[in-house]
Amino acid sequence: MSHHTHEHGHEHAHEHAHGRNDLAVFQHGRPPVDRSAIQGWGADLDRKNRPAYPMERMPQRLDAPLTQPEPQAQHVEVLVSPERPHMTPLFGSPQPPSGLSGMLRRAAFKTTENDVRHWLLLLLADRVNVVEGLAEDLARGHVPNIFAEMGIKAEWEHNRVGLVKKVAVAAAVAGVGYYLLKRRGER
Amino acid sequence: MLAMNYRGPYRVRADHKPDPVIEHPGDAIVRVTRACICGSDLHLYHGLVPDTRVGTTFGHEFVGIVEEVGSEVTKLKVGDHVLVPFNVFCGSCFFCQRELYGNCHNTNPQASAVGGIYGYSHTAGGYDGGQAEFVRVPMADVGPTVIPADLHEDDAVLLTDALPTGYQAAEMGDIAEGDTVVVFGAGPVGIFAAKSAWLMGAGRVIVVDHVEYRLDFVRRYAQCEVINFREVDDMALHIKKMTDWLGADVCIDAVGCEAAGNAMQTLTGPYTMLQAGSATVLHWCINSVRKGGNVSIVGVYGPTFNAVPIGNALNKGLTLRMNQASVKRHLPRLIEHIQAGRIDPKQIITHRVPLEEVADAYHIFSSKLDNCIKTVLIPPSARQTRAVAATALN
Repeated sequence: MSHHTHEHGHEHAHEHAHGRNDLAVFQHGRPPVDRSAIQGWGADLDRKNRPAYPMERMPQRLDAPLTQPEPQAQHVEVLVSPERPHMTPLFGSPQPPSGLSGMLRRAAFKTTENDVRHWLLLLLADRVNVVEGLAEDLARGHVPNIFAEMGIKAEWEHNRVGLVKKVAVAAAVAGVGYYLLKRRGER
Repeated sequence: MLAMNYRGPYRVRADHKPDPVIEHPGDAIVRVTRACICGSDLHLYHGLVPDTRVGTTFGHEFVGIVEEVGSEVTKLKVGDHVLVPFNVFCGSCFFCQRELYGNCHNTNPQASAVGGIYGYSHTAGGYDGGQAEFVRVPMADVGPTVIPADLHEDDAVLLTDALPTGYQAAEMGDIAEGDTVVVFGAGPVGIFAAKSAWLMGAGRVIVVDHVEYRLDFVRRYAQCEVINFREVDDMALHIKKMTDWLGADVCIDAVGCEAAGNAMQTLTGPYTMLQAGSATVLHWCINSVRKGGNVSIVGVYGPTFNAVPIGNALNKGLTLRMNQASVKRHLPRLIEHIQAGRIDPKQIITHRVPLEEVADAYHIFSSKLDNCIKTVLIPPSARQTRAVAATALN
């Protein structure tokens, strides 16, 4: 069926009939669905009712000022993609780059988004950052309850058999590892 | 304030953090009353999105009450109950002027490929999200929408992302009357995409997943046919058999980079990160759609690269359309649909969880435990609202 048959509402009658024939083909010989039983069927069949059609629309319907926002005051380090000429007027300020992960992130932002090293360095920085997070917790005197952070309470409540299996597998792997290490040590 | 705190892949907790402050005269501070966990939060939770920094608060689906406004805010006032689209956008840049609010050029210094998104890593602007008691909302005159008095708060929170994204997925499929539409993924976005396909006049809607309780739900909720891909040898072949060997007119990817269903994709994607997640659903879409058909992608993928059968897409003459949803442009029509009773979003909410239990909430959603479809987090300061809402629902 033509995707545009109903778009402008000026097609000839025989084209509509043709559309119905096509419909039968595309429904594969099945009886057509009872459209009246489907809540709201066809409410947006007319593209005029589709708010994002076409995808780009000018002028926009939103009542927004057309002036560039004034720049947000910057108090922390914010990394900027080399694919931009300058800082954007708005940005998020939490978690500025810091530590070893921050150094890796700064290095990543020396390459463009087009360069895969950019993303791989950022992923590496994310992993380093996890270790930094643990150290930061310990430095504050907080021993993180990693099992609680991973939702072990929910696992116990809703997937007890799965949890027991995971623990059994982990214990077996640890046991075999310990045995192998011990045997190696005895040789 | 209490806020969700990301500590590393599969590790989150509720923590006390400093309250957000007005950082720009166009900002507002919103006291969150409801925040959802989105399927795309799971990509962050699983450590797949580059530049997800430890200490970040996630959450791009939230509603709340305006607590404070900056000096330039004129349209919102303290006490307004607002829903906040997940896009952080300015309304005035080249892209916003074309209603591409998901592609705003003024809100994300860290990447040029995507606009700002609340609580979605520094790759999406480094903003903290709404899984907290308070959140900073930039461009408060442009983004938020005051919730109409007759709109339930649970419907409002689903208007911030899940429903508009599902609706836009159907719209980008350019569905014509009688079209056969296949939606991959029976999560919240896929459920709403299936529902929206009918609104646009589809003749047949088929939803594919492997989680039985979700297939059961979508079959009833969206009155569609369902396929459990675990029971099918080859997805493209199966869809072709179902469609007189032509293929579907429209295929929608409502899954993204963590798709199950192909061991090689899972190995090279989420497990070893040789590609930016699993491209299983992209393969299924391209190979299951008919020649000249449309593929609409709203599932999220990483920024590097995926192996996709682009040659088949070329040979079949496909149209591929994709984007982050531009939530704001959809809101007036979607509010009409809810008010007219054509769609009842809040039915998909299965879990209401105190923010303090965020770690368990993420695990339940991520592991699809307890028949979970959609989880709403409720901060302690909104407990009273919660009690009222619970009474209203019962």
